[in-house]
Amino acid sequence: MAFQAPPWLRFVTGRVGPKAGVALLFLPPALFLFTLFVALPMGEAAWYSFYNWNGFGSPTQFVGWRNFDLLFANRAFRIALTNNGLIIAVSLLVQLPLALGLAMLLADRVRGATTFRLIFFMPYILAEVAAGLIWRFVYDGDYGLIAQIWGLFGVEAPHLLADPDLAIHAILGVIVWKYFGFHMMLYIAGLQQIDRNLYEAAHMDGATGWQIFSRVTVPLLGPTIRLSVFFAILGSIQLFDLIMPLTKGGPSDSTQTMVTYLYSYGVTRMRIGFGSAVGVVLFVICVAFAFDYKRVAMRHD
Amino acid sequence: MPHLTRRALPAAAFLAAMLAGAAGAQTTTVRVLHVEQNPTIVAYWNDIARAYESANPGTKVELQYLENEAYKKKLTTLLQSSDKPDIIYSWGGGVLREQVKAGVIEDLTPAMDADWRGRFIPAAVQAYTIDGKVYGVPMHTSQVGFFYNRELFAKAGVDADGIKTWDDLLTAVKKLQAAGITPITAGGADKWPLHFYWTHLAVRLGGKPAFDAAIAGKGKGFADETFVQAGAVFQQLVDLKPFQAGFLGTTYPQSSGQFGDGKAAMVLQGNFVLNSMRVNAADKKGLPDDKLGWFAFPTVPGGKGDPSDTLGGLNGWLVTKGAPKAAAGYLRFFSEAANQRIAAERGFYIPVVNGTQDAIANPFLRQIAQNVARSKYHQIFYDQALGPAVGATVNDVSTDIAAGRMKPAEAAEAVQQAWVLAN
Repeated sequence: MAFQAPPWLRFVTGRVGPKAGVALLFLPPALFLFTLFVALPMGEAAWYSFYNWNGFGSPTQFVGWRNFDLLFANRAFRIALTNNGLIIAVSLLVQLPLALGLAMLLADRVRGATTFRLIFFMPYILAEVAAGLIWRFVYDGDYGLIAQIWGLFGVEAPHLLADPDLAIHAILGVIVWKYFGFHMMLYIAGLQQIDRNLYEAAHMDGATGWQIFSRVTVPLLGPTIRLSVFFAILGSIQLFDLIMPLTKGGPSDSTQTMVTYLYSYGVTRMRIGFGSAVGVVLFVICVAFAFDYKRVAMRHD
Repeated sequence: MPHLTRRALPAAAFLAAMLAGAAGAQTTTVRVLHVEQNPTIVAYWNDIARAYESANPGTKVELQYLENEAYKKKLTTLLQSSDKPDIIYSWGGGVLREQVKAGVIEDLTPAMDADWRGRFIPAAVQAYTIDGKVYGVPMHTSQVGFFYNRELFAKAGVDADGIKTWDDLLTAVKKLQAAGITPITAGGADKWPLHFYWTHLAVRLGGKPAFDAAIAGKGKGFADETFVQAGAVFQQLVDLKPFQAGFLGTTYPQSSGQFGDGKAAMVLQGNFVLNSMRVNAADKKGLPDDKLGWFAFPTVPGGKGDPSDTLGGLNGWLVTKGAPKAAAGYLRFFSEAANQRIAAERGFYIPVVNGTQDAIANPFLRQIAQNVARSKYHQIFYDQALGPAVGATVNDVSTDIAAGRMKPAEAAEAVQQAWVLAN
């Protein structure tokens, strides 16, 4: 049965279209929850970011832009920004190609494909904190897997997570391992949408494997690739829960990301105003990226 | 946050009413939040709680545990929620000052004045007194010093009694290394175990006057020569690479376990490491007392601090605003000499209640209790005394010096900047 708008609604629907009645009915709960849990906290964070506030009571000490000045002058925050950049780079240049390659292998209904898909997807299912703890053990220089392997060759294993120069690379490895399965699944779904006849046609025209890949597969997979790039970049900017069990952002802040920085320099130091300033910067970066990317790269999708 | 709290209140009150109704009429529950990891100590506290319950029918005391690091991070939020505990564990110092300023801690002065204050060592009550009002019930004190493994020292031919000055310590480190022994274990990932070096050196180099001048903002504050020098002297030790491999990734519990397993010859810690060592050692026993030794933090030539000055803690309990009357009643019972003597006898900690110290059986705790009693300047841990923001900065710079990533002058300057910002 079709939805019958009551008279008071018909006034509105008459003006803006027949579906508006439904919208008006379904909008308030969503709008209320969105306001309560998204819009209000964001507004509050923006407000707090101009105060020197330890989290008790209400903020009273207005400091203008000082929190932001301090933030951009801070060495650890610059490290965090660089690390976020590095994570994006590795996600795009290592993780996505790897995911695409494996997807190409596993998209066809070959023997064992489902098993391998499951195996590669497994790390993504694992909770971030659990994955972090597992890798903390793996990387342990005294008792971990790495130590065992190095031990076979009779050399002392490096303590990867304790070395300010190496720790971030160890973490990058975990990130690629953790999330490539997700992108692989996206690509497999995308690849299965491509019409087989196109490949046949390309074969008949004498296209080489590389030509088929670059002229047929990649263009037709475009929307999926653009989507997966979007997820990879946003995920990289917001990375937090994988790092906490691994290094907590240390040693010497060498593995901070913007969010771990927010946590250790804002929350744990009871500098909620300063932490909010970090949150605002993070938010602006994410929103600017999301809108620009949607507008530029995904405008046809 | 405050907005959410206000919204959550009616719901919480409703829920509480439901629960209270279900639990039966007149039961008052006192919830105590602590960070003690050692099950035998918790069992001992539970015994006291049960004794209090049977003496006060209708009162229930619940002990709740939260891991040390998580506790410190959660507390601010927790204290402003409707679900806050009635009694919380405290290190005193700057964190306490901020909590008191925020009005979330109950003023215990009237109760203390009613025949309670006199039970404690005066310095302990002093540590919980802010602007003439008492805000906490002190429980135990501690001192930071070097615990060492007698077997490993003997193997390397090091005489612990001979380690009096910083140079003696450096020599001992070299001897241990020559014998193929890891000289020191440290929990660098948690940072605060490393801040003992920087701060105890500052205590030795500048004594009380330097610290007082710094917090009074005199001269260059924490960027003053004393604190630069503390970093420089620490650097001498760091240059010898005395810590276990990967110490920057080791947590405090792991490092205590390593010491208990005999994987390193020394650890610079408060006496509470004895508990942590037993819990975290591979065999759950750690080093027995006869294989353990202790020596005070070495002096530095030319240092203005008195060799008897001590660095340590003065920990206790706080009653949160709005807690039932029974909370203070329970703490009064808890701090009775008869109850605290048990902790002294069993070597759990060093109580600050008069008439308990003669009961301390553990030789190390007995020694430390005497040290603290004799000390004219007992410096509370910097990371607690200076408040969360400055304290965390001290921990950061100490770790950065240990990692070879920061120069002593930069470290002192960073602490001073944090201090200026926070005050």
